[in-house]
Amino acid sequence: MVEFHNINKSYGENEAVKDVSFSVGEGELFGLIGPDGAGKSTLFRILTTVLLADSGNVLFNGKDVVADYKYIRENVGYMPGKFSLYQDLSVTENLKFFATIFNTTIDENYELIKDIYQQLEPFGNRKAGALSGGMKQKLALSCALIHKPKVLVLDEPTFGVDAVSRKEFWDMLKSLKAKGVTILVSTPYMDEAELCDRIALIQKGRILDINTPKGIVEQFERQLFIVSNVAIYPALQALENNPATQNAYSFGQEIHVYADEITSANAIKQVLENGGLKNPEVSVGTPNIEDCFMDLMVRGNLEESAHA
Amino acid sequence: MRTLKFLLQKEFLQIFRNKAMLPIIFVLPIVQLVVLTFAADFELKNITYVVYDADKSQTSERLMNQFAASPFFKFKGAMANFNDGMSALDENQATLFIRIPPRFEHDLAKEKSAQIMLDVNSIDGQAATLSFSYASGIINSFSSEIRQEWNGLPEQLTMPIQVEKRYWFNPEMAYKNLMVPGILALLVTMIGLFLSAMNVVREKEIGTIEQINVTPISKVHFLIGKLLPFWVIAMFEMAFGLTIGYLIFNIPVNGSLILLFSYVSIYMLVVLGMGLWISGFADTQQQAMFLAWFVTVIFILMSGLFTPIENMPDWAQKLTYVNPVAYLIKVLRSVLLKGSTFAQMQWEFVKISLFAVTMLILAVRGYRKRN
Repeated sequence: MVEFHNINKSYGENEAVKDVSFSVGEGELFGLIGPDGAGKSTLFRILTTVLLADSGNVLFNGKDVVADYKYIRENVGYMPGKFSLYQDLSVTENLKFFATIFNTTIDENYELIKDIYQQLEPFGNRKAGALSGGMKQKLALSCALIHKPKVLVLDEPTFGVDAVSRKEFWDMLKSLKAKGVTILVSTPYMDEAELCDRIALIQKGRILDINTPKGIVEQFERQLFIVSNVAIYPALQALENNPATQNAYSFGQEIHVYADEITSANAIKQVLENGGLKNPEVSVGTPNIEDCFMDLMVRGNLEESAHA
Repeated sequence: MRTLKFLLQKEFLQIFRNKAMLPIIFVLPIVQLVVLTFAADFELKNITYVVYDADKSQTSERLMNQFAASPFFKFKGAMANFNDGMSALDENQATLFIRIPPRFEHDLAKEKSAQIMLDVNSIDGQAATLSFSYASGIINSFSSEIRQEWNGLPEQLTMPIQVEKRYWFNPEMAYKNLMVPGILALLVTMIGLFLSAMNVVREKEIGTIEQINVTPISKVHFLIGKLLPFWVIAMFEMAFGLTIGYLIFNIPVNGSLILLFSYVSIYMLVVLGMGLWISGFADTQQQAMFLAWFVTVIFILMSGLFTPIENMPDWAQKLTYVNPVAYLIKVLRSVLLKGSTFAQMQWEFVKISLFAVTMLILAVRGYRKRN
């Protein structure tokens, strides 16, 4: 449905996207996962015809996004990272406006947005600027869907939204997917990655890996140990000083250690106790997407510095 | 068409929902017209003056009486010596210092000529020139009066050629008749340029343009949606301002209003096109604001409203060829005061139409839906 072929894009000296290729199948819920500044928005803006790539091309349902930009504009629903509806217009006015510029009406495609829009209807006369974060997001989604797009592109839709609204939002995406909409979504939240059909991990403009969330986790080749009940900073120092445990990262109140040679929790415990930490608890863990991302990122950086 | 209708509806909704907008539309023209027309009056009255009369003769007293009788001058006191007079100028107690030397009458009688010194505070050059010329007028007429008396010449011989002035198209040289059309021109220019320059940039700033750019809406539709509401507002401003001018200042309307509004309707395309062009390359409202100001100030100062274009150096006069405000003022004055017809104004129509086409092309090209 959507194919990126060798996309490059620089902003002056800064290379935002480097040789990115991937494709998204019809009806797929595809996630671009990566930190801020990884190049997610750049890729989405190229796809939605508002930005030109330096090289490479993107095909949307077999049509080139540069040559056939009109086709893409009619068939893509885009929700930019920043809330970009008219804050001084009401909920209904916004929706009506976007329906009109897509040459359609609210009634015509009401079916698609019904579930989402019903929650907004009680606030129909409220100005968009006066809505809560979650409500704004629902309105933006409704506006992006009003013309029944083939592909929905959502740039960090849950950024700055509370946990309940985030969950609701992903439920909405699932039901849209069930209705046959292809969805591309970007997010910096790793927990959301597991809700996608397939994900691309992206960092510094490069794709680190593309797979199903399960496939990504299965590829994790190292042993994961979870360290708890320690003061984070001294424990990290102790682990990093030992080459065998140097890949240690803090995850909230825990530390995740990715090890190649060490295979037992006791060995890690030993390293920590040698570093002066008392009663550390170490257990073997199952890696999640974030672990895979951190691991791939470190390897990527090593490769990069080796090339340099 | 339906899209356009909705675009317009949306723009008007936003304009009238903006609380600052209505005062701008209604209060601004009244304030500008009323305040500026009264304030920017170049007719000088009540020029303050002090006198040091060292002669204290009958003749010098007669001359001073002439000054006192003039409506242009206001007596501020007799000075005891030269220094007092100069310090009166220094301390802004008077604009003009008249010094009559000792032996004034004596010289006049014996030598047939005498001197008077006039010191004018020239901080304001224009006022100084006027004060000086009014004073010279009084002195000249006094000297011919004296000559006539003393030499006993018949009146006709004193001034063989007499100049009779008539200000055509503005017989009373009423300043407001010149000012009101000029200020109307400034008003519609400012309103049009600022509103249009700020509007698209505002969509850039709040990010809505990103959403719009992804939609299939065409560039031209979008820009018409931006242009038309402000065009309507500007035309309304023109009508509103003209009504105020007519009711309060009684400015004459000698020409056809249809002709006038046809011209303004094309003129507004120039201004709005320029505004949209500015907002095409400005990234923030601040940038747009400064650019719009820069352009407006130059246009206004070089429009011929405050200084006649004929007084400008040659290169500056050439610059006014590309100043649409200068054209508008000229046309407004011609139609209102002179009653010019379309036949007389057709070149003005051609010029402004070319201008409009150019600006609109620039505006459409300047707005990009993709980077």
